[in-house]
Amino acid sequence: MRAAVLVLVLLTAPFGAPAFAAGATGFGLAGQQPDAQPPKPVDEFVPVSQLPPQDQLPAAPLLVSAYAFVWLALFGYVVSLGRRLSKVQGEVERLESDIAKGTRA
Amino acid sequence: MILRKDLTVEVRSLEIAYTTLFFAVSCVLFFAFALVKEGKAPEDGAAGILWIAIAFSGTLALGRTFERERQSETLRALLMAPAARPAIYVGKLLSIIALLVAAEVVLVPLVAFLFQVPLLAHPFWLAAVLVTGTIGFAAVGTLFSAMLVRARSRDVLLPVLLYPITVPVIIAGVRATAELLEPDVELALVRFWVALLVALDVVFVTLALWTFEPLMTD
Amino acid sequence: MPKWFMPLAAINALMFAASPFLIANADYEATMGLVQKIFYYHLPSAWIFLISAIVCGIASARYLFRGSPRHDRLAYAAAELTVLFGAIVLVTGPLWARKAWGVWWQWDVRLTASLMGWMVAWAYLLVRRYGGPGSDKLAAGLALFGMANVPFVYVSVNYWRTIHPPTTVVPTLPVDMGAALWFAVACFLLLFFLLLRLRVHLEEQRARLDSLYLSLDE
Repeated sequence: MRAAVLVLVLLTAPFGAPAFAAGATGFGLAGQQPDAQPPKPVDEFVPVSQLPPQDQLPAAPLLVSAYAFVWLALFGYVVSLGRRLSKVQGEVERLESDIAKGTRA
Repeated sequence: MILRKDLTVEVRSLEIAYTTLFFAVSCVLFFAFALVKEGKAPEDGAAGILWIAIAFSGTLALGRTFERERQSETLRALLMAPAARPAIYVGKLLSIIALLVAAEVVLVPLVAFLFQVPLLAHPFWLAAVLVTGTIGFAAVGTLFSAMLVRARSRDVLLPVLLYPITVPVIIAGVRATAELLEPDVELALVRFWVALLVALDVVFVTLALWTFEPLMTD
Repeated sequence: MPKWFMPLAAINALMFAASPFLIANADYEATMGLVQKIFYYHLPSAWIFLISAIVCGIASARYLFRGSPRHDRLAYAAAELTVLFGAIVLVTGPLWARKAWGVWWQWDVRLTASLMGWMVAWAYLLVRRYGGPGSDKLAAGLALFGMANVPFVYVSVNYWRTIHPPTTVVPTLPVDMGAALWFAVACFLLLFFLLLRLRVHLEEQRARLDSLYLSLDE
């Protein structure tokens, strides 16, 4: 059982790598693709730093943090579950062996 | 029958009624003092503060009501009585509602005075909002505090359980009351909130009646 | 643990590894650009959050009325998963909203009701942990009220003019976005099922431990 949980935990680990790869590709794509907001008609050329703060907000950190949080939360939960499970199972095994031996610790 | 018993005990002692009322009034006063700016309390705060005072004093009253039962072991005796369990719930519910409505009768003029708002402009609608909101809050509160009578840390647990569930009731009550305070009231909106409150009341009371018996048996 | 658990877990892990590629391939949304891609995990988490609350509610009802410990274990597991997936929704949502709406949070109906439902799930866990004897029934009663909140959360966004996208968005998605979304939904559903099974297994082991201690005392 403990082995099962360990394998589950290890299998979720490679999930992190593709997520970051996708984030990186997203980064690259964002560089090539113009920011999807249809540009408002302007009379003159407005540098990015002069746009209102909302338009300046880079999306990539938000996206990456969101996916990172999802992964961390799920991974953390599985680890916590595994730990609780091994603790309880250890105690069960100990008790069962004690009963089999006819003694009580 | 249980309602009558509760009311008679209450009328004789009036302890819970007095303390709840005092707490509600001081709650409102606290908020009024805390939020005073340039010598005036903010008008926009009136609806919210009224309902907060109702919620807080309701929680206090709920805790006290069942505390008495617990101490005198009457709850166990009641549960063994031939009266149907739901009747116990309804009796307790009605007594809590009566207590809260009495508090509201005092609170509404007080809030109107302190915050300079025309709370009594539409008395019928305000009464409808207050009564339906109180029923919703009390329905859940009575069930939970009855459940908690034998639990550990029951005083802390009651707000923890009660407040998240009653958030829709409080929101609807505050929104409806705030709408009634507007210079040109949109009655259709108020009617909508009252309808939502009625729906919530039906759901909560039904759920409470349905689960009261299994929750109270060991 | 049953024989199918490990293979399904492996399949689930592979599906999760594949999903970012589908997401990266999906089209950009017109007004929100890159940040909209949070949607592909935000929405399935939200659905699992609501489904988990329903599972907890139904299991709690069956526990209250039939008394079988199996349903109690299922309810406890589902409540924990409600907190987990609710946390995911409530973090990914604001991260998306920061760019899409300009604010981290808005007190509109769906967000408020979701936050409230999440708090009910937390309250369930608190009651189970610290409520003392009888807390299992208490928590079960709470879970029923929490389940009543779920339809409210789901339809609220269709009836109140709110900043959150309504449920009509999903059926109208173009194919590549739809594919990424439904694949992610499948990933999360399978994950929910596996986590539920694992968590119930923990409860079963705890119950076994309790019965072992009891048998020792005899």
